[in-house]
Amino acid sequence: MKNFSISIRQVDAVRVLDISGELDAHTASQLENSLKSLIDQDQILIIVNCRGLDYIASAGLGVFMAYIEDVRGMGGDIKLTNMNERVYNVFDLLGFPTLYDIHDDESEALTGFKK
Amino acid sequence: MSRNKNIFSISVEASTSHLSKVRDFVAEHAQNLGMSEKDVAEMRLAVDEAYTNIIKHAYKNTPSKPVEIQFGFDKSQVWISITDQGESFDPSTYNEPDLLKRIKNKQRGGMGVYLIRKLMDNVQYNRHGQVNEIRMVKHL
Repeated sequence: MKNFSISIRQVDAVRVLDISGELDAHTASQLENSLKSLIDQDQILIIVNCRGLDYIASAGLGVFMAYIEDVRGMGGDIKLTNMNERVYNVFDLLGFPTLYDIHDDESEALTGFKK
Repeated sequence: MSRNKNIFSISVEASTSHLSKVRDFVAEHAQNLGMSEKDVAEMRLAVDEAYTNIIKHAYKNTPSKPVEIQFGFDKSQVWISITDQGESFDPSTYNEPDLLKRIKNKQRGGMGVYLIRKLMDNVQYNRHGQVNEIRMVKHL
């Protein structure tokens, strides 16, 4: 069975979540716990780097839907980067690109937080 | 050319722990048919969304309940049929999700049915006695 994993890095004031594997209704709770724990610690400048993400289902997108409003309300953001084409297509089908800050590369998202 | 229909099936319990197995079952048969990478990815996601909905809504996260997934094809189409014996889904009550509204209300979910319709060419919900079927078709 394929896995899903998360690791967290700090780049200046930003927390970067590197996610990899398959994000579905079974693995979404892992991402949820990580995001929730960052937000609980007022770490609200968040980048989710999807370089290693092979697959996403709507349960995975649901995690981003649940927390974006809180994070933006606190003055932060959850920016998404480095998606492969298949993963991006799922975000696109559901209309995410108009409401979320999605970048090809992490460095662009980091620059976005410095503005 | 053979006119025989070709059908493969697996039975699983209604648990998200089987999601990757169910996706791989569909993807493997779709790949064996020579479907494009895009079509294979779309079928993989469609079966995931439909099976997840059965786990969460038809069976309300009761993991011992049975689900059967069938992959079939003939000359003109490929289909995935999933059956369960839980609460039935009424597609007439379903509206296209408004992402902005859902985000504002911190709602999640409710996107699966919409995705399935986008990914597949034809989607039908049937009920035979106590058995619900979702049948999702891609034309070849």
